[in-house]
Amino acid sequence: MDVSQDEFAIRVRDLVVGFGRQTVLDHLSLDVRRGEILGLVGASGGGKSVLMRTIIGLIPRQGGTIEVMGQPTGGHGRGAATTWGILFQQGALFSSLAVRQNVQFPLRENLVLSQELMDEIAIAKLEMVGLRAQDADKYPAELSGGMTKRVALARALALDPPILFLDEPTSGLDPIAAGDFDALITTLQKTLGLTVFMVTHDLASLTTVCDRVAALADGKIVAIGPMRELLQSEHPWVRAYFHGKRSQMLQHEMR
Amino acid sequence: MNHEPLLLATPSGDALNLRPEGPWTAANVVTLETLSRSVGADVDRSRVVTLDMSGVSALDTLGAWVLEKLSRRAATSGRSAEFVGVADHFSGLLDEVRQVNRHTPAPTAAPNPVLARLGDLGKSTADAREDVTIFLQMLGALFMAVIGVLRRPRSLRLTSLVYQLYRIGWQAIPIVALITFLIGAIIAQQGFFHFRRFGAESYTVDMVGILVLRELGVLIVAIMVAGRSGSAYTAELGSMKMREEIDALSTMGLDPVEILILPRVAALVIALPILTFIGSVAALYGGGLVAQFYGDMGPAIYIARLHEAISVTHFEVGILKAPFMALVIGIVACSEGLRVKGSAESLGRQTTTSVVKSIFLVIVLDGLFAIFFASIGM
Repeated sequence: MDVSQDEFAIRVRDLVVGFGRQTVLDHLSLDVRRGEILGLVGASGGGKSVLMRTIIGLIPRQGGTIEVMGQPTGGHGRGAATTWGILFQQGALFSSLAVRQNVQFPLRENLVLSQELMDEIAIAKLEMVGLRAQDADKYPAELSGGMTKRVALARALALDPPILFLDEPTSGLDPIAAGDFDALITTLQKTLGLTVFMVTHDLASLTTVCDRVAALADGKIVAIGPMRELLQSEHPWVRAYFHGKRSQMLQHEMR
Repeated sequence: MNHEPLLLATPSGDALNLRPEGPWTAANVVTLETLSRSVGADVDRSRVVTLDMSGVSALDTLGAWVLEKLSRRAATSGRSAEFVGVADHFSGLLDEVRQVNRHTPAPTAAPNPVLARLGDLGKSTADAREDVTIFLQMLGALFMAVIGVLRRPRSLRLTSLVYQLYRIGWQAIPIVALITFLIGAIIAQQGFFHFRRFGAESYTVDMVGILVLRELGVLIVAIMVAGRSGSAYTAELGSMKMREEIDALSTMGLDPVEILILPRVAALVIALPILTFIGSVAALYGGGLVAQFYGDMGPAIYIARLHEAISVTHFEVGILKAPFMALVIGIVACSEGLRVKGSAESLGRQTTTSVVKSIFLVIVLDGLFAIFFASIGM
């Protein structure tokens, strides 16, 4: 094992992604270290979700390389669920399956294990994300927004993947639920030793949860580092993002 | 380094020392389950169980849970179990797993099958009553919307009406004409084939003419429209309901029935008679072609026989039914669309229900009309 493989969970080099004549990501490079929580910020429609979806193989790339856990990615074959778990913005729970079956789905598809153990693991995951065993027999249509996100997180974590992708995990949650969710992600990241790649607009999450923050502007990563360093950044877009009225207010209150 | 997980059990008197080794992870789940089962009897016999974790090279939730389950099994009825030699980076996970699955909900008793069957029967009876209520409510709402439009003709959504007419009327013509043409041809062929035996071939034309104009033309077209346009209405309105578009309309003080449903149902009521007419003509044409090429009956004779066999009454009977069938299809399709709830599954279910129900009602209505026309002598 060489050193780089040990150190980085995701390595993106010179990534180019575009749709038609429009280039969204322009020779973008990004490293995500193992065991860190990386927050990605950027303008709405600026390519944050495109970057995430390209890394997980949902969008074809026009150039560049992506390595996940030292392996170059090429599409998403079977067993992808053991490499990464993905929390989609709307949860993307399978609406025809109950909560329990949603969480069991990756287990059932990837492993051979008894129904009893599968049930226990599903309940264990649900309790780890702060739901009760009674919720296991509900259907996605019966869940609130916060519960949907928790179930989706439980499903993403079903196989204990080393990498977790979160697409705006706290959007649509009230501040209490969002705070709980942040705490949950921190706890799980510590206990399971996860690498977390998080796309978010939530300044509170960025400050409290993320080890490092990357700023995406004009199709490139223009600044990356701990929140403290990003606040010092001279890049005009980053300044506007973190020193706008809303951001200033939040930061003042946090001090 | 171990690549296969192991579980070493060393009993010493009352005590049992369990030493898991290697990667206790989800990838080895088959081995893990076998291992934990194999020591089950030993665990039940021992008063004190020690789990020596120092040999574990990798651990995830699944492995931790299998071990935790063993320790819980050992710790029942005054006996004890403990983990020793837990590496720092595994302790958090083990602590976490120790919290879970503590309150297993009581399994719900399976309901009595007879009672369940009776319950289903009662529920579907209540549902049928609700269906009738919803149908009548929608009919009433449509009637009110029509009155509203008559009072203020400007409130008629003309653009929407014309667009719906184009979609369900104009665009349906090719397929409707093709299918009715084929049906007409098939009936004529059957007529010639079977009537030939008693030399009654010329009556085939009577059969085709009456059957097509009175019953088949309108029925086939109505069924096709229910499948083609009724399902589209249900799916459209259902996804609008899912995306809260209908709620948005209501909160703006606008009536969704007037804006969304009236133009759709009105378009159906206008288009179905026209399509029926086109369909009937196509079916008669199909019959005529078969008469020429299969029944050796030239076009002139076919038309002359048709002239004798059918009257305007037959045509009226068929075409009069069309608007009513359109109304039924429209009301069922739209009310099923509004009954869609949040999930994609519900959208699919309502669309199926809409098509099945409207075809069923169209056929029932056709039967009622048959009785009605028979009793008034048409």
